[in-house]
Formats: sequence, C-alpha cells, structure tokens
Amino acid sequence: MNIWLIMLIGGLLTFGMRFSLIFLFGRLEVPETMRRALHYVPPAVLSAIILPELLYPVNSFDLPFGNIRLLAGIIAILVAWYTKNTLLTILAGMIALLILQLI
Amino acid sequence: MSEAKTHFIAGVRAEFPLLVGVFPFGMIYGTLALNAGLSSLASQLMSSIVFAGSSQFVAAQLIHAEAPGFVIILTIAVVNLRHMLYSASLAPYLKNLSLKWKVLLSYFLTDEAYAPSILKYEAEGITPTSHWFLLGAGFSLWFIWQISTALGIFLGTAIPESWSLDFALPLTFIAMVVPGLKNQPMIAAAASAGVVALLVYSLPFSFGLILAALTGIAVGTIMENRK
Repeated sequence: MNIWLIMLIGGLLTFGMRFSLIFLFGRLEVPETMRRALHYVPPAVLSAIILPELLYPVNSFDLPFGNIRLLAGIIAILVAWYTKNTLLTILAGMIALLILQLI
Repeated sequence: MSEAKTHFIAGVRAEFPLLVGVFPFGMIYGTLALNAGLSSLASQLMSSIVFAGSSQFVAAQLIHAEAPGFVIILTIAVVNLRHMLYSASLAPYLKNLSLKWKVLLSYFLTDEAYAPSILKYEAEGITPTSHWFLLGAGFSLWFIWQISTALGIFLGTAIPESWSLDFALPLTFIAMVVPGLKNQPMIAAAASAGVVALLVYSLPFSFGLILAALTGIAVGTIMENRK
C-alpha cells in the first residue's frame, strides 16, 4: 500500500479516536473492561516488537557469546528499570552496541 | 491581557517541562524515520498527519520491516487507542464549545497536552475561556514536535550507517515499556506478548504482532480482574 495512504488513514483514525468521545459526550460511555484493557496496549504491542528485534536481528554478527543486540538490549532494559529515563536508556543501549561491535 | 490570552500562555508554561523532554524524542523520530526508508517529506508530514509519537515510531519500524499496509494502519490505531480515554476524560470540560473548537482541540490532544490540561480542569473547573489553556499546551507541543522532527531529519542524513542507528528504535520502545512494568498484570502482559511474538515469528510478521499484542492485552486484563 502507498505510504501516503497509510499515513492518511492512520492519521484519520488517530484523529477520530481523539475526537470520538469529545464529540459523543453524554451519548456514549467507555465500558469499564475496555478502559482497563487499554492500559495493557502499550506494554503488549511494544514488547511484541522489542523481543523479536533483540533475539532475531536481521544483521546479527555471529559472536561466540551470542548476539550483541541482545546483550545491548539487556543493558538498556537494566538502565530503563533503574533510571526510568528515556534518553539515558537509548544512550546506554547505543553505546553498548557500538562497543560490542568493536570487540 | 485578555483572559483567553492568559489561559493560552498558562497552557504553554505548563507544557514547557514536557517540551524539553519531547524535543530529543522528536529528533530521534526524524532520524529514525529517515533511516527506516521514509522520504524526508513523508517523515516530516507524518509528524503533522498522525501526530502521535509512539505510533510514529512503530509505523516507521513496520515500514522498515515491509509489513503490509493494513497491518501498519491497524497497529497505529491500536497504539493510539488510549486517546479515546483522554477524549472521554476531557469531554465534560469541552462540552460547551463549538464544533470547530472541538475539532481543533481534538487534533492537538496528545498525551503531553492531556496531562497538564486535565490536572488544571479537575483542580479549577472551567470558565468560558479556559479551553485556551488546552490550546496553548497542545499547540506548543505540536510546534516543538514539527521543529524537532525537521532537525532530526536534517541530522539523520549526516549519520553513517555503521552507527547502527536503527537499533535506537527498539531501545526507544524499551525506554517506553520498562518503567511502566510496576505490577504483576503489566509484567505478565509484556512478557506474554513478547513470548508469543517469538513463538509465532515465522508467521507472516503482521499476524504474529497482532496475535502477540492481543494475547498480552488479554493476559493483563484477566490478571487485573482476578485481583
């Protein structure tokens, strides 16, 4: 599918969701179960992307101790856990990957 | 100074600390979108057409992985579902506005615009001009998001491929997910989605991702209900 069409439909859907209940105020309520389920969307979607990226990377180097993206990813997960800081996490993971590539 | 203007400026001020955090994020998005194979123009316009940070990262990732179009659209929609909650939560405070205002403010309704606005409206209630606060918060975020995206695209062309910049995408997702894993249902949702994603990896990419995400959402919700 054309990239512009994807962006346009994705954008319209996003706007539609932002507008939905502001527009329908008083006529529609979000059911409680859906309200709860929505909290689990980010961790579920993002983990489903992260894990295959770390374990089955496209351009992995065959190092004796396994793949370096997984190691750099684990370092980033630890930094994210302890610092809760987005930029520090990205920096730590990138630096770890660059160093591991040099070894 | 008119009351509307005062509210607008208060909104911009309340947004300011968030802008500082969003700026590097926008730059990373611009660089990565370009790296994922989007044109400069498409990378830039996604920031105003979709205008939702995490879904833009995910879309760039899926475009890079050559996922089918309907999957990319579905994933953008699922990642942005939470905006319905913001819409529901702000609706009572915006009910008196004209349709034009509702459309405009809906467009600007991001995580970062929602947070300070709902706090203000819950604490102080609304006045006939208080919607200018949300406009100030939302517009300043929009403006910074466009500028930072542009800067990221500009810098992206200068970064060599050997830096493995594409790895910054999964890293960004790690930074988004890990701090939120505060209780058992959250951890179970993330873990089950990740495991299913690995198990069904050989399926066409699209199907595996959606199956894994739905599993995680179901597991998290069921565990929360059990408590």
